Amino acid sequence: MIRIANGQGFWGDWLEAPVRLVDQGPIDFLVLDYLAEITMSILQKQKEEDPNLGYARDFPPLIGRLAHKLRDRGIRVVANAGGVNPTACAQAVLKAAPGLKVAVVHGDDVYSRIDDFLAKGYELRDMDTGEPISTIRKQILSANAYIGAFPLAEALDTGADVVIAGRSTDTALTLGPMVHKFKWKPDDWDKLAAGTIAGHIIECGAQCSGGNCQVDWANIPDMADVGYPIVEAEADGSFTVTKHSGTGGRVHSDTVKEQLLYELGDPRRYITPDCIADFTSIQLSDSAPDRVRVTGITGGPRPPTLKLSISYTNGWKAIGTLVYSWPQALGKARAADSIVRARLAALGLSYEEIYTEFFGVNACQGAAAPPNPDPPEVQLRIGVRGQDRKAVDRFTRELIPLVLNGPPGATGFGDGRPPVREIVAYWSALLPREEINTRVEVIS
Amino acid sequence: MIVPLGRIAHTRSGDKGDMCNIGVIAFKPEHYPVILRAVTPARVKEFFGDLVRGRVERFELPNLGAINLLLHESLGGGGTVSLHVDAQGKTYGAALLGLEIEVD
Repeated sequence: MIRIANGQGFWGDWLEAPVRLVDQGPIDFLVLDYLAEITMSILQKQKEEDPNLGYARDFPPLIGRLAHKLRDRGIRVVANAGGVNPTACAQAVLKAAPGLKVAVVHGDDVYSRIDDFLAKGYELRDMDTGEPISTIRKQILSANAYIGAFPLAEALDTGADVVIAGRSTDTALTLGPMVHKFKWKPDDWDKLAAGTIAGHIIECGAQCSGGNCQVDWANIPDMADVGYPIVEAEADGSFTVTKHSGTGGRVHSDTVKEQLLYELGDPRRYITPDCIADFTSIQLSDSAPDRVRVTGITGGPRPPTLKLSISYTNGWKAIGTLVYSWPQALGKARAADSIVRARLAALGLSYEEIYTEFFGVNACQGAAAPPNPDPPEVQLRIGVRGQDRKAVDRFTRELIPLVLNGPPGATGFGDGRPPVREIVAYWSALLPREEINTRVEVIS
Repeated sequence: MIVPLGRIAHTRSGDKGDMCNIGVIAFKPEHYPVILRAVTPARVKEFFGDLVRGRVERFELPNLGAINLLLHESLGGGGTVSLHVDAQGKTYGAALLGLEIEVD
């Protein structure tokens, strides 16, 4: 049995979580998921400004802080902290923690190969819209292939203390140590599916151990010291989800079911680079307090393609707000919205979208929100987006004047004009997997 | 008897691009058939009104007593493009708890 703990569900998750996982009980592998789709484009921009950047900058100081404990307790770290510059990340880790052995997985970054792919006849059509990538070729900021667990296992096979990858899948971070330890083969589909589902359960950190849980949420104990999740994995593919004893939060079939359903598509076809997992095969049981046993998982062969994660610029947007108070708060906010739209139209400005929400009435849940006909206060929230930056900028000047020249009782303008932000959009496409050759490099 | 869905089920929602998914999980096994009967794609689309511009798909996970709903074109373009305050559909699952359903 090996214990694999997730200490970071995204870049920006609780800084103390990985430290507490190491301090509060036994684990064998600490996995940290830093990359969201949008993160890669931010990192690419940072790398263009400074060739030594482009990775998750929280990671090296964390490893520096933990280095002695990792070595003393034989805990090994697997993280996709490398972003678009895993080599620079590894060098920063070695600077913060000299003496650790670091392995880097290369080969996911295909930013420089897009034209090569186009020349070979790959159209890289968007998986949602079906459009060929040539329509946005000049706007591309980053392009990475999602890589699976086997390159991570190969990196662990070198004996490295820390494995740094770029765009590995979130689930591979958990499956990788299992493939390494249990010597699973590429056609052990059921086991690979089990490890993938274990990864899915813990990839969002505490979201399976009491965080964001609807069931009995007010009585979940000691969320201030919420225990991040641990998978106790067996060689046969079965596993138990738990957390360190004495920590807060809750691990129960309710919390695990919620996370299993999170960001799920077709449950019979959860596609990864390693296998296709079947979520309808999962059997859960509450084997003890804060312990959920997971068995029965089946899967099928990995697909012949890998998914590319591509980011590109797609215009500009700005979102501004004003607050209206009782009486008739909603009526005043609606009137102000009409005035802004009329003034923009009179200026001859057009946008791809103007979108208005009434915060306190229907902003989150639209028509599905319970009716609230006379709220004591309403925040008017208007957003615009389009390709013309000047038009978006002009919009940002149209809200504050309403304080004096619109409906009565407007406030909440203290932050001034809203900022204009460039939109970085996301494009996903499929590429034959033979095009991606990963390589492991040991740096020490 | 008419009750809100939240009486017999809990939910979690999230995003995939411009699509929101909502997992609906029965508290007890005997509630699962009620969910299958009452939480249909047509009713879900109607419940969210203008918010869901595309179709609603439904998948069944009887092993978990759960269904998975996919609400296409429901996040204002999704992710970074969206102008919605809830661009990830994090609150859509909670909203669905208010869906009125008939139980015995």
